[in-house]
Amino acid sequence: MVKLVEVIAKALVDQPDAVEVKEVQGEQSIIIELKVAQEDMGKVIGKQGRIAKSIRTVVKAAAAKENKRVIVEIIQ
Amino acid sequence: MEKTIATGVTIQDAIDNGLKELNAHRDNVEINVVEVPSKGIFGIGSKLAKVEITLKDNTEEVARNFLNDILNAMNVIAIINTNLEDNVLKIELEGKDMGVLIGRRGETLDAIQYLISLVINKGKEKYIRVLLDTEDYRARREKTLQRLAERLAKKVVKTRRKVLLEPMNPYERRIIHFHLQEHPRVHTYSEGEEPYRKVVISLKK
Repeated sequence: MVKLVEVIAKALVDQPDAVEVKEVQGEQSIIIELKVAQEDMGKVIGKQGRIAKSIRTVVKAAAAKENKRVIVEIIQ
Repeated sequence: MEKTIATGVTIQDAIDNGLKELNAHRDNVEINVVEVPSKGIFGIGSKLAKVEITLKDNTEEVARNFLNDILNAMNVIAIINTNLEDNVLKIELEGKDMGVLIGRRGETLDAIQYLISLVINKGKEKYIRVLLDTEDYRARREKTLQRLAERLAKKVVKTRRKVLLEPMNPYERRIIHFHLQEHPRVHTYSEGEEPYRKVVISLKK
């Protein structure tokens, strides 16, 4: 899942080197933390969160395939 | 297509200057040497190198690579077919596990389609529309929506009460509007805000 979020985020932003993705084990689900350069925040969130929603939809599909629950969090 | 003419003391300098100007990588351009530099005699009649650099259209390649990375990370194996024509990039996937890629009411397919369009249109002037499909999902969904529209139109006529559909994306709403456009008894409109905008079918006054 980390790889998936990383691939998508790096392709969207202007500063791919600044993309950091971490996996944190939550109680019921896996939490994927995505961090990008401050100037790139809009590139992974989008108007009304449309881009973030698309990233989450794709990750959710990949996770469901492996019977996992994954939450993607974009952190500052 | 974007191009530029750049100069430099050597051909390499000229190329570097041009690439900087286009903000491009050497792999994505075609380079044409227009003028070979010459030192001249005692600096008289010296000429700079001149090159013409044209940005290659690598949209299909970019889309393919990005999609391939996504599929690999999802552990989905599929053949990717692309076709770029009139600023529309059609991508078709063939393989197992296509249900995973389609998702509920095509939401995964739409999400991937949107992400591809962001990636290929990044920093480009002309906009390319992306249509991602697999197992003829789009056509099947269109038929389903048309049948739904017809059934609900009948219900509206019979009960004389308007019907609200569930939220749909603009593309799907258009299918409903378009299908009932010529209907003698009902008309359609949308209400609410994205992404919860819904089609309403109501009786003509």
